[in-house]
Amino acid sequence: MPTSRGGGVASSGQRPGNIAMRFGGALLVALALAFALAVGAAKAHADSLADAITHFTADDFDETLTGVNGVVSSGSARAEIIVSALQNGQLMFSAEKKAVYIQDAGGHLFDAATGQPVAGAPPDDLDSVHLNNRLRGAIDAAMGQLTLLSHDPGRRYQAAQAVFKSRATTALPTLEKAIAQETDGRVKTALEQARAAILLTAPGTSQADKLKAIAVVRDRGDQDALGLLADIPAHETPVVAKAASDAIGAIQTRLAEWDAVQNLWYGLSLGSVLLLAAIGLAITFGVMGVINMAHGEMVMLGAYVTYVVQEIIRNSAPALFDYSLAISIPLAFVFAGCVGILIERCIICFLYGRPLETLLATWGLSLVLQQAVRTVFGPNNREVGNPSFMSGAFDLGGITVTYNRLWIICFALAVFVALLGILRYTRFGLEMRAVTQNRAMAASMGIRTSRVDALTFGLGSGIAGIAGVALSQIDNVSPNLGQSYIIDSFMVVVFGGVGNLWGTFVGSFVLGVANKFLEPFAGAVLGKIAILILIILFIQKRPRGLFALKGRAIEA
Amino acid sequence: MSSDTIKTYTLTRRGWLVGASSVALGLAGAFPAHAEDTIKVGILHSLSGTMAISETTLKDVMLMLIAEQNKKGGVLGKKLEPVVVDPASNWPLFAEKARELISQDKVAVVFGCWTSVSRKSVLPVFKELDSILFYPVQFEGEEGERNVFYTGAAPNQQAIPAVDYLMSADGGSVKRWVLEGTDYVYPRTTNKILEAYLKQKGVADEDIMINYTPFGFSDWQTEVSKIKAFGSAGKKTAVVSTVNGDANVPFYKELGNQGIKATDIPVVAFSVGEEELAGLDTKPLVGHLAAWNYFESIKTPANAAFIKEWHEFIKNPKRTTNDPMEAHYIGFNMWVKAVEKAKTVNADKVIAALPGIKQPNLTGGVSEMLPNHYITKPVFIGEIRADGQFDVVWKTKSLVPGQAWSPYLPGSKDLVADWVKLNCGNYNTVTKTCGGT
Repeated sequence: MPTSRGGGVASSGQRPGNIAMRFGGALLVALALAFALAVGAAKAHADSLADAITHFTADDFDETLTGVNGVVSSGSARAEIIVSALQNGQLMFSAEKKAVYIQDAGGHLFDAATGQPVAGAPPDDLDSVHLNNRLRGAIDAAMGQLTLLSHDPGRRYQAAQAVFKSRATTALPTLEKAIAQETDGRVKTALEQARAAILLTAPGTSQADKLKAIAVVRDRGDQDALGLLADIPAHETPVVAKAASDAIGAIQTRLAEWDAVQNLWYGLSLGSVLLLAAIGLAITFGVMGVINMAHGEMVMLGAYVTYVVQEIIRNSAPALFDYSLAISIPLAFVFAGCVGILIERCIICFLYGRPLETLLATWGLSLVLQQAVRTVFGPNNREVGNPSFMSGAFDLGGITVTYNRLWIICFALAVFVALLGILRYTRFGLEMRAVTQNRAMAASMGIRTSRVDALTFGLGSGIAGIAGVALSQIDNVSPNLGQSYIIDSFMVVVFGGVGNLWGTFVGSFVLGVANKFLEPFAGAVLGKIAILILIILFIQKRPRGLFALKGRAIEA
Repeated sequence: MSSDTIKTYTLTRRGWLVGASSVALGLAGAFPAHAEDTIKVGILHSLSGTMAISETTLKDVMLMLIAEQNKKGGVLGKKLEPVVVDPASNWPLFAEKARELISQDKVAVVFGCWTSVSRKSVLPVFKELDSILFYPVQFEGEEGERNVFYTGAAPNQQAIPAVDYLMSADGGSVKRWVLEGTDYVYPRTTNKILEAYLKQKGVADEDIMINYTPFGFSDWQTEVSKIKAFGSAGKKTAVVSTVNGDANVPFYKELGNQGIKATDIPVVAFSVGEEELAGLDTKPLVGHLAAWNYFESIKTPANAAFIKEWHEFIKNPKRTTNDPMEAHYIGFNMWVKAVEKAKTVNADKVIAALPGIKQPNLTGGVSEMLPNHYITKPVFIGEIRADGQFDVVWKTKSLVPGQAWSPYLPGSKDLVADWVKLNCGNYNTVTKTCGGT
């Protein structure tokens, strides 16, 4: 984006625009488009286009709106290119030269009206044409009408959605034409819904057509449909009003059902975050019994490793950006793991069996680590980007599933399975279990217990580092990152049962889902309090958590 | 308090320690032996803990302003000497450090605090020891202290104009409101004021939704989908966000992920500035709004000079400037002018000299210290740009004077603060007495 030249308010005197708008932007565009259909000749196109474009040089919101309407009504083939450039912030102007350009990603300038490349140095006062939300709405509506007949089904679908929102009556002729020639089922439905939206709100539609339109909108059944139906004017005939209120009732019932599914999904997503944050602690606290208050800082270190990796990639190999997380995972594991081993060797190994001292020492350590990171990287948040496969969302029935949450659930499960595998099937896992269950016996069987202790702590810390890579995608990367997860992590491990990975697994998902089902009723603050109270009550009943270890192991 | 302008500095062991530590921190090169020739300025901002993210920058900008003033020859012919302490985001420690600054280091004035709770924590100290605090952050108002000068925005200098803008045609003629905030005193008071204001403007109860989330909240899925559902009632909806710093990044990420665009449901924020956006990919957020009294993108010669100086001082051309930094710029220059007018740094005389002092701000206007210890400020509405800066889309026609007590709250509508004529911070205009309701 070439906006680094700054928007500013060089001429803010006029720009904070006038409030007296007689028509909605969408309606103006629509009227203009209707006018455009009446006008024909190509010569006229060129002239009216050039006229319209000069409005963009005024640096005033109302003038820009006039410009957009002019460009659309010119009927020129370049209208779509110009409006889309405006939408993407690529339409530039020079007030001095009264000229308007389109700037491509490489910074090259093209004349907006003709599309010819501009030779020579760009003008000194080059600036992008500024937009506000009113203009963006008008532009979206204009783009919708301009692309209804596009060759690309995806764009036609978007156009139909834009028209559904703008409900511009004058889009109707184009819409009818588009429906008649549409072959793609999904796009056709969207187009028909757009037509229904226009018919419902336009004056002069017959009652039978309105009822048909309500049925179409009712089938759409989402929140936009609800908004449209709730907006039906009060002076409708009783039949139409009744049909609308019935449809609203039906949609609300359907949405309420989907709400439960959505809460479940949110709960699973929160559970996966809790699992990631807690699973390292399940090793250091759950298996080894070390009250590690610096656990959150291991998560934070993992997030900072991701930041450093992304910075290096951005500066030296931008093409690899989508792989940045894959590269960060092993590095974060190794780095946080090494820090963990260092902590174990230097501090914790002197404190086994003294929980109070361990608690204080690791808490102090967490402050030291935070301040160290603050000194090196500064106290501000660091930007960690989402790779393209983790951005955006898709609709699944009535719920919106965001990709980053989906990937984090998969990732949490993968980490859990891998950890189970290490504990169950490797020699190190066997030694680890032996040492934690009966240290003296393990030592007499020839296991170097102190080495196993260090490696176990390193493993727990390394897993926390990996969690940091994932959490950097949804949370702030700042020195405080770890603090917000340490309480939740202990909660999960204690609730699930100390010393059992499955306890942590079930515990995190139960807490996640319970939290998300409570939140809509109780609110975020009360919901959290309620969960804490429930856990306290639960621990009174079952002090060893959901999955208590039985037998002699617990005595060791 | 003695009228002596500068406290004589005894060469105690502690004095050496303070001096040595400030040298060690690289914050000031002055030796205690030279202390008699300087005027000390206290800087009370957290450099560690959760608030370091916001406050460290303010410490830096104060050091820059003091260095700049010293280049011009200092104040009253004496150099200024910064004394930096770290209250570590710990509210009781703020009071302790404030006491240390005033009674041991003998500073003439303190610039500091960010959260309201830290300000409330130091208030008794400033009253007891009779010193001056400049507070640079937008806050909930409802306070009028003799020893405090509020250079940040009161609710009528930020929240109310932002709501007015959203109600206008350019702002989208919003009819339905979500007041989303972090659960502490600033959002709760601001939302109370806004709720009363909206109702007075004829907004129905069912068109206002108020939500609170805990500090550092990171799982915004449910909250955002609640906003989405609330916004689909067929009326134009907007979110007024008083969400606190750290929780904002996940909030905006979730908005972007769930596809809530500014054209559908605009979010206007009171705590999101250039610094907060620096940790964020802002492309999905283009068009969301913020209300401030200053934006880095505003083009004036004074602002350009300030930004240039800041970049040179901090040795990083990527660092942004923000609203509380401008507040310190205004506050510091007002203090310098007041000291020069009073010809002393004696707190009582400077407090008396401050009201009426005028100082050009960085956006082209001239701010004035008012008798209620608030200042006049312009209000800007900015839209987030793809590069993390703001585009000003609306501004007030003239500077808005800060109100200490909101006229929209039942408990405070009759109160005024006036330290010039009434010599009272909570004068009740109905009962004609000083002392609140």
